[in-house]
Amino acid sequence: MNLNELTIHEAHQGLKNKKFSSAELTKACLKKAKDLNEKLNAYTLITEAWALEMAKKADEVLQKEQNPNPLTGIPVAVKDSFCTEGIRTTACSDILRNFIPTYDATAVKKLKEVSCVIIGKTNTDEFTCGASTETSCFGVTRNPWDLNRVSGGSSGGSAAAVATDACIYATATDTGGSIRQPASFCGVTGLKVTYGRVSRYGVMAMASSLDTVGAIAKNVFDIALIMNVIAGKDYFDSTTPNIEVPDYIKGLDSTDLKGLRIGLPDEYFISGMEEDVEKKVREAVRELEKLGAEIKKISLPYTKYACPCYYVICPSEVSANMARYDGIRFGPGTKKEAEDLFDYYLQVRDEGFGDEMKRRIMIGTYALSAGYYEAYYLKAQQVRTLIKMDFENAFKEVDAICCPIAPTTAFKIGEKTSDPVLMYLGDIFTIPANLAGVPALAVPCGFSKNSLPIGMQIIGPQFKEPLILKIGSVYQKITDWHKKKPKIS
Amino acid sequence: MKLTKEKVKHVAKLARLGLTDHEIEKFQTELSNILDYVEMLNEVDTKGIEPTAQVTGLTNVMEKDIVRRCENPHRLLENSPLPIENDQIKVKPVFE
Repeated sequence: MNLNELTIHEAHQGLKNKKFSSAELTKACLKKAKDLNEKLNAYTLITEAWALEMAKKADEVLQKEQNPNPLTGIPVAVKDSFCTEGIRTTACSDILRNFIPTYDATAVKKLKEVSCVIIGKTNTDEFTCGASTETSCFGVTRNPWDLNRVSGGSSGGSAAAVATDACIYATATDTGGSIRQPASFCGVTGLKVTYGRVSRYGVMAMASSLDTVGAIAKNVFDIALIMNVIAGKDYFDSTTPNIEVPDYIKGLDSTDLKGLRIGLPDEYFISGMEEDVEKKVREAVRELEKLGAEIKKISLPYTKYACPCYYVICPSEVSANMARYDGIRFGPGTKKEAEDLFDYYLQVRDEGFGDEMKRRIMIGTYALSAGYYEAYYLKAQQVRTLIKMDFENAFKEVDAICCPIAPTTAFKIGEKTSDPVLMYLGDIFTIPANLAGVPALAVPCGFSKNSLPIGMQIIGPQFKEPLILKIGSVYQKITDWHKKKPKIS
Repeated sequence: MKLTKEKVKHVAKLARLGLTDHEIEKFQTELSNILDYVEMLNEVDTKGIEPTAQVTGLTNVMEKDIVRRCENPHRLLENSPLPIENDQIKVKPVFE
């Protein structure tokens, strides 16, 4: 086995037992990342010199420390919306094409504190607004299982990098499904955390009441190891509550789900979904039943309003967050001559933002403008309360909810780009968890007839990540979908 | 509901987006389609329902008013594409 094919846990054992060094592990990941990048375009930047420097430091730590953190010396790919000091960070937008942050995002800082090794920055939809990584100014990330298809989005680069062992794990964000959907499309494991569980400081904001910082990895155990490092209250993010961070690997040695009640929501199994997606998710739930879980039908009645609700709230918040990109303090500015400041803004923002950003900014500006605020944003916030209550009511009957992640497997590149609403409808199963602020885990649960990965979503109450990780971990003990790898010529 | 060209131009102006005529036409259709889609929210009876602005339940997260030094302010200025004079970013005139 090549070193880059290891999981975090396996690599940690190897490093601790001096089977190989972080430098060797890093070189293996770098080679894979470089070999595949022309075909896949998972990375916007491969930081070879930084990586080798960090690996050297990590090897020193591994020599000295008796019990190094499991993430020490492990190569990570960082989504390009996370500020990394001294390393170009663009959010895959032309408006930040040359931006070099002067500080690290808190999540990055925490990983550096345990001597991680940053392999590079991964591709994303522009400002993480999208579900296919097609709106990136660096071009789309191809799906390693079928190069004519998307890797999903917005964390397509992170998902593709993990799926192809071009890193050991990756950071990512999830605002409307951006971790879970690409994890599902690429056959890897991803966690959308409870809103506020992980600091968003230094991560370029998309929709501030919905954004979450999480990770994509090769299995649930690895996700738990990452969570142990990145979760927790942060002085710099006032939306991180002072809730204790448990040891996320505790409880992952379970081998059954006895006593657990799992809900299957009617509204997540609808006509129009791909047959194989429904089939594989239901099969996975039957496996959970065999492990001792009690499966109950539940209803989340406001589910169908989640998508329109999100597509008012999200662009509204996006329009506010994009106001800072004014070509004054950062970004390449504009080459054209501007007469005055107003013209300067118009030009910088017209040149810098892609179409999807402009769409979202305009919808948001419209929805928040005088005369429309009550009809759109306020109304959507009220519907959001109802969607949140759906989950609160459901969790009185069940401990966790299992459902599909997307109505389809990975679609073809270009298939949905001419119809924004069609693209938005792909988020119907992921959006509700973001609106409610609850955690949701994506685990691979099978393949379609044309060999495309399918993922299952496990949703829990707020701050109950240990529970959903336990369910995912037990499932991965009796299945090996998460171990399958794409073959790329 | 079809947005008028004037409405699109007005929104673009509010958002400080300098759109071409072609873009205005394109967005006119696309935005109208999106707004038609979200009209669905009007089916929901939200009488008496409190809006959810954020899901943490936190209120008034306070911070001590202590001055902390920025390590190297000049690094921040290096990110600007505009001319720097006396540690200030020189911008275009606001008024004519």
